[in-house]
Amino acid sequence: MIDLIINIILLTFLAITAIAIIRTTNLFATIMLFGIFSLLSATLFVVMDALDVAFTEAAVGAGISTILMLTTLALTKNHNEKRSHAHRPWLPLAVVTITGMALVYGTLDIPGFGDPAAPANTHVAQYYINNALPETGVPNIVTAVLASYRGFDTLGEVAVIFTAGVAVLLLLGGKPSSPNSNPRTNKKREEDET
Amino acid sequence: MKRNPILRIVAKFLIPLIILFALYVQFHGDFGPGGGFQAGVIFSAALILYALVFGLEAAEKIIPPHILRLLASAGVVLYASVGVVSLFLGANYLDYSVLGSTQIKGQHLGILLVELGVGMTVTAVMLIIFFAFAGRGRP
Repeated sequence: MIDLIINIILLTFLAITAIAIIRTTNLFATIMLFGIFSLLSATLFVVMDALDVAFTEAAVGAGISTILMLTTLALTKNHNEKRSHAHRPWLPLAVVTITGMALVYGTLDIPGFGDPAAPANTHVAQYYINNALPETGVPNIVTAVLASYRGFDTLGEVAVIFTAGVAVLLLLGGKPSSPNSNPRTNKKREEDET
Repeated sequence: MKRNPILRIVAKFLIPLIILFALYVQFHGDFGPGGGFQAGVIFSAALILYALVFGLEAAEKIIPPHILRLLASAGVVLYASVGVVSLFLGANYLDYSVLGSTQIKGQHLGILLVELGVGMTVTAVMLIIFFAFAGRGRP
């Protein structure tokens, strides 16, 4: 019962934050609202007993990505475009309404939260719950699955993060370009020399 | 922000605690929530806080960019090489059971090393991305 009340309050706040994100035109305020949205989602995950996910959401969603968006905003010098009210919102509104109704219709088939007969809980989950502690000696099943049973997947995730870092280094890693070191003119110069 | 005494003192007080918490999350991930991903992000958050308060140059003196690149690669290599070691010991790739004298000990060592690799890569990549973005703003 208390969970239900907390969920309703948190979901109301989520909806309010989402509407506020849509309505604000100030980019700084939008980024801060994104952070609040992430923190509210993290709290929802805590209520659903998904502590590891909540941890990640709070650290990455509310923490690092807010900082990265703020640094990006500092680079782009806070361009606030005045929104034009000339366009007609009816077609987008219809698309959003129909998609939303389809999604709500889809939730009718979703098994109840924590339902032991749900397909997700009857496949390998039972095996992990029974065997994770005797086989790996790790009380936290999430860590046992993440690092041991699904070690291959996690290796892939680490490779993805590494690739993201390499990509950012390739795009932004060099010294900020001064006017006379424009890559295009440099290329042209090289062509001229050859 | 460099001359704001409240920020400086609060940051100096908080940064060791954040790093301690990151290490706790890293090495206590077997028993409680957390693990390499979360610990890496928290560890990098401590250094980002340092960079925000004391300046980018000061933070780059603590962890120079070339060390960060080494750390990011070393994490992936550590993770992958744990798998290679278990291959050489006669098990499947990333099967940690053969790493120790018993299955439980092997799994423990394997998970510890793998999570360490994850933490190293995540910390380094988060800082690389932050320094790359924040460094663009320098004149």
